[in-house]
Amino acid sequence: MKDIKALLTEHAFFRNLKEKQIETIAGCGKNVHFSKGDVVFRQGEEANAFYIVKKGAVSIEVDGAERGTIIIQTVEAGDILGWSWLIPPHEWRFTANAVEETSAVALDGRCLRGKCGGDDALAHTLLEKFAGVLAQRLEKTRMQLLDVYGK
Amino acid sequence: MIPQQFRIQKLKSETYDTFTMELVSEKKKDGFSFLPGQFNMLYVFGVGEVPISISGDPTKQENLMHTIRDVGSVTGALRKLEEGDSVGVRGPFGSAWPVEAAEGKDVVIVTGGIGLAPLRPAFYHILANRKKYGKVAILYGARTPEDILYPEDLQEWRSKFDLQVRVTVDRAGKDWHGTVGVVPSLISKVRFDPKNTLAMVCGPEIMMRFTVQELEKCGLMTEQIYVSMERNMKCAIGFCGHCQYGPKFICKDGPVFRFDEIEELFAVREV
Ligand SMILES: Cc1cc2nc3c(=O)[nH]c(=O)nc-3n(C[C@H](O)[C@H](O)[C@H](O)COP(=O)(O)OP(=O)(O)OC[C@H]3O[C@@H](n4cnc5c(N)ncnc54)[C@H](O)[C@@H]3O)c2cc1C
Ligand code: FES
Repeated sequence: MKDIKALLTEHAFFRNLKEKQIETIAGCGKNVHFSKGDVVFRQGEEANAFYIVKKGAVSIEVDGAERGTIIIQTVEAGDILGWSWLIPPHEWRFTANAVEETSAVALDGRCLRGKCGGDDALAHTLLEKFAGVLAQRLEKTRMQLLDVYGK
Repeated sequence: MIPQQFRIQKLKSETYDTFTMELVSEKKKDGFSFLPGQFNMLYVFGVGEVPISISGDPTKQENLMHTIRDVGSVTGALRKLEEGDSVGVRGPFGSAWPVEAAEGKDVVIVTGGIGLAPLRPAFYHILANRKKYGKVAILYGARTPEDILYPEDLQEWRSKFDLQVRVTVDRAGKDWHGTVGVVPSLISKVRFDPKNTLAMVCGPEIMMRFTVQELEKCGLMTEQIYVSMERNMKCAIGFCGHCQYGPKFICKDGPVFRFDEIEELFAVREV
């Protein structure tokens, strides 16, 4: 199995990061596995990680009250899952469920926040990277909201 | 050009608002030849005429196939017809998908909603000549799982080892086990060589705009991307100007355009 540092180095999300920074981030990572149907995280719970999905698929869901559970996005191999660890109050906004056997690297949010506390450059880089992920997600959500296939 | 009379041989309900009709000519018994991407003008007697793409297999031209979404007066009138009823047909009109130019290359087909219908003949052609193409991917986006067009075809194509078939919906409930998200997001999930790929895109204009952006991000040039455009039509033979799109007529110069030919118009609202 590839070690976490090697995996992060190859991932587009960590492009342009210095080797030292990747090493620091990898130090907060561990390999995790979810069986089909496992909850990766639950809406309202404390958010203390983000995930780099290596294999499988995870659905991001929102509890739509009387409309039932609505799946709003599927995250797959190569995607980044979770941003709530970065922004107070560090609470998951959605629920994530493995819809297939899923492997991921989980990066511990508390550990990362700790390392960012003493390293402004790393904090800035990570913020910038996640801003990119959020902007992309927002654009795609807007496109979903546009209901382009509606009449 | 006056409409030829065709009889509805078979009707199939595809989704709650979309149906497919198979037509046979009342006179000509030798089938209906067309190129993938071309359309016909379908005339409902006493109601009006609308452009509808041909959605059947170009290698099986005995029957003429059209998939129609009921959105208004003429498409609504078409929906009310029954097997055995007649419709007027003028065509085929317009340009075709570049299935020959794509030989020797990878092909990425990106469609959304009813946009799968105009691209299905191109896909049938590619399947019938599979060895002539490199990697082939078809990506399809629908509103919800209930809106997915041609589920049996998609299922069959998915079972083939040499095709990459991905379907996504904009929203779904817990009972959906497929992908949720917009169709351009699927582009980076399939394998193709951006230097040697042709992309064919059909769907609502907003979806096509995002798709082109994503294809460009993946390394395709605008010359490698083809899109199919829609505008209201009347004559369908380049006379009336109804379908004018800047200096182009969709009915004659299109509906399929190489993207670099219309790129500037595409950026302008309501040309
Ligand atoms: C080249 C071409 C190929 C097409 N292929 C297909 C196809 O395979 N299947 C299919 O279901 N539809 C297809 N269309 C769209 C179809 O022609 C329109 O939905 C139809 O003309 C609407 O007519 P109507 O009388 O039913 O609706 P109307 O009562 O005229 O209008 C109802 C609604 O539809 C919109 N509308 C009207 N005409 C068009 C149009 N040409 N394009 C988009 N929206 C329109 C109106 O703005 C209005 O909101 C194609 C259009 C073109 C130009
Ligand atoms: S519909 Fe008349 S010019 Fe195109």
